[in-house]
Amino acid sequence: MKCDESEVMLHALIDGELDAGHARDVEAHVAACPGCDEKLTAFRAMHEIMSAAPLKEAAPAHLRNRIEALMATPASSVVSMRQFMQPTRRSFFGGFAVGSALSAAVAASLVLTVFRKDQEQTIADEVVSAHIRSLQAGHLMDVETSDRHTVKPWFNGRVDVAPPVVDLTAESFTLLGGRLDYIDSEPVAAIIYQRRKHLINLFVAQHLGTRRTRTMAASIQGYNCRHWSEDGLDLWAVSDLASDELDEFVQKIASALRQPARAS
Amino acid sequence: MADNAVAEQERMRVFQAAALPHLDDVYTLARYLMRNTHDAEDAVQECYLRALRHFDSYRGPAMKPWLLAILRNVCNAEFARRSKEEIPTDYAQDESLAEEMPMWQEPQTSPEKTMVRQQDAATIKRLVAELPEPFREAIVLREMSNLSYQEIAQVAGVPVGTVMSRLARARAMLRAAWNAAEISTKRPGPAVASGTAS
Repeated sequence: MKCDESEVMLHALIDGELDAGHARDVEAHVAACPGCDEKLTAFRAMHEIMSAAPLKEAAPAHLRNRIEALMATPASSVVSMRQFMQPTRRSFFGGFAVGSALSAAVAASLVLTVFRKDQEQTIADEVVSAHIRSLQAGHLMDVETSDRHTVKPWFNGRVDVAPPVVDLTAESFTLLGGRLDYIDSEPVAAIIYQRRKHLINLFVAQHLGTRRTRTMAASIQGYNCRHWSEDGLDLWAVSDLASDELDEFVQKIASALRQPARAS
Repeated sequence: MADNAVAEQERMRVFQAAALPHLDDVYTLARYLMRNTHDAEDAVQECYLRALRHFDSYRGPAMKPWLLAILRNVCNAEFARRSKEEIPTDYAQDESLAEEMPMWQEPQTSPEKTMVRQQDAATIKRLVAELPEPFREAIVLREMSNLSYQEIAQVAGVPVGTVMSRLARARAMLRAAWNAAEISTKRPGPAVASGTAS
């Protein structure tokens, strides 16, 4: 690998976007090249500082209120606020639909050859997609009940595990029901809980991702995601709940699993 | 019709659950593209309006890049409309002035250690805001919105290879500006030169 190539690739290394083979190539070059080594160290430090610094802007409350008000208004009566945004709608959708679809295809083919996509990441993406899908009309539940004794038997013969269904009403997580979902082409039990207006999908299967003794936490597409293994099962919790509340949920489920009487 | 109203309500609920968690990301990109709060807020609102109108045809998988792509198009359309009009900014009030006398040469008035992190964030934001497009956009999508290269490619409508080279350029420019900022303020700040990183 030459320096000009390495100078671009080392950023992909820092960003965790390289597959193992390319990562090794960059690391081998950097080990032998003091100039690139200096750059890698400096850019990595910069990336770490930027990751730690509070750089994201918080949308002001009045803007959030305005957007929420939009959503409470029937779509047909909503018009653009300012005329300046108006005349471009056609060009925008033309551009987005065609241009972006094409370039996305090009990008995807590149990604396949260069970029890593480990199994855990793939499944995490699928789990979040399944969560989003479930939010769409009529997709949330196959069996709708707050009674865990109804939810649990419903999964018999539909999935190859007996998913733990826990009553957490006392902890203000309401059990809404269950659903059969497919992740990584395998049937998976999804148990749906709710806290306030936030839905939580708890996905349970015998094998779903890398076995975890400690809980893996991730934020994907704005959703909080937790994965842990317990009792020979893989469990994934996804929600737009705040991080600490989802942790609380995971902890309640995990401790209930260790007391079989409650999770029967 | 009552059925329609119920369906419409359900659609709103779903859209809200899917799109609202990304409001801060959308707003952040809007701030860096439009460069002042008022235009940024209008752009964000327009973005959500368009997203809502076209939510039915949304086929995923990732909501955040979809919204950011819409936002980006809203902003670009607005720039095209204004063409050569002056865009007011409040990160760097006057760009020609900023060139002669960069913002980072302003004296730092709060040396307390507790302030350093906050100051670093303010310095970084200013330096990012002064990057030229499309490098500013690339670094915002990567470092602030935490998008993958593939998602950045989708938002910007360019191949992943272009994203890689833009990020490399963006970080090189940012590093140079960063080091210049440190020298001019003569304070221990976000050290990015090798050997000085603690």
